[in-house]
Amino acid sequence: MHELPVTERILSIALRHAAQNEATKIFSITVKVGGLTDLRDTWLQHYFDYLSKDTIAEGAKLLIIKEKALLQCGKCKTQIATTKEDVQDLKCPQCHANQGFTILSGKEYFIEEMMAE
Amino acid sequence: MRESIKLIKVKEAIQADNDALAEALRNELRKRRIFLVNLMSSPGAGKTSLLLQTAAALNKSLRVAVIEADIDSAVDTERLADSGVMAVQLQTGGFCHLDVSMVRQGLDSLDIDALDLIFLENIGNLVCPAEFDTGAALDVMILSVPEGDDKPLKYPLMFSKCDALIVNKIDYLGTGLTDFSLDVLSDRVKKLNPDIILFPLSCRTGQGMQDWVNWLSEKIGTFADLFQDRFEK
Repeated sequence: MHELPVTERILSIALRHAAQNEATKIFSITVKVGGLTDLRDTWLQHYFDYLSKDTIAEGAKLLIIKEKALLQCGKCKTQIATTKEDVQDLKCPQCHANQGFTILSGKEYFIEEMMAE
Repeated sequence: MRESIKLIKVKEAIQADNDALAEALRNELRKRRIFLVNLMSSPGAGKTSLLLQTAAALNKSLRVAVIEADIDSAVDTERLADSGVMAVQLQTGGFCHLDVSMVRQGLDSLDIDALDLIFLENIGNLVCPAEFDTGAALDVMILSVPEGDDKPLKYPLMFSKCDALIVNKIDYLGTGLTDFSLDVLSDRVKKLNPDIILFPLSCRTGQGMQDWVNWLSEKIGTFADLFQDRFEK
């Protein structure tokens, strides 16, 4: 639902790094997205195309990598990679606890790298 | 691949700016001895009703204000102002969540040094506000009984980030109008948030309100203890 503000941030961070690296054209931007976020990839690209008009990022592809969320069992501290859909039926593979997990990662939007010239 | 094309390692989190601003705001409010509570829910769960009653219970001992951020409407601000609660309306321009820069706008329009407790009435949805830190000392969510006990399945992030969950409209329970179960809800919420505390209550009948008000007062008291000079009579 908040693809627009997220896209604005992606563009401004990408343009800043392009300037620092004296790039004149951005071809692609790789974004890692946490497994617990509610983001729609198609809208991200749609907004990006709109916002990046007349910038050096115009036409660039957003490569979205949806990462698994990492949880930790409160009982035995085992770390478990999972998806938003699987969270509610989650059981710790080690001690079989089904409650009390803490979220270690899963709500991030992280710009990994970009291709530019 | 053309030789001029290069890979630029960016390695930057999109929320990094907002997270840093949120931490700075939390520290600043702590120094200025102002307790900020971020209140989130879907539309119609009872944010404004809860605020009216909570403010009424606390405003004898504390100076309370509300920063109202519901989308392009002043209805809630008027309701609060009519009952004597100081309230400012943020113009969020259709935004789906509050970030720290918007919270700052709200704080700037209040005389915050003349206040003890400020409620941030976040924009009514369970998705976007979950992902952005506001700089508040406490995150509180309201779920109302008619919304159903399955909401933690759909919005795990929101339920996982809150210190307290208020379950409003419990006067619906036992009426045959709903199959909502507090136990089922509690199990689902505690899956990802074992430390959360639940307050089943009804803003309409007042049932359960006192437990919530007592807990909040205690939290504010603990916060205030750090600054005894201010609160010592």
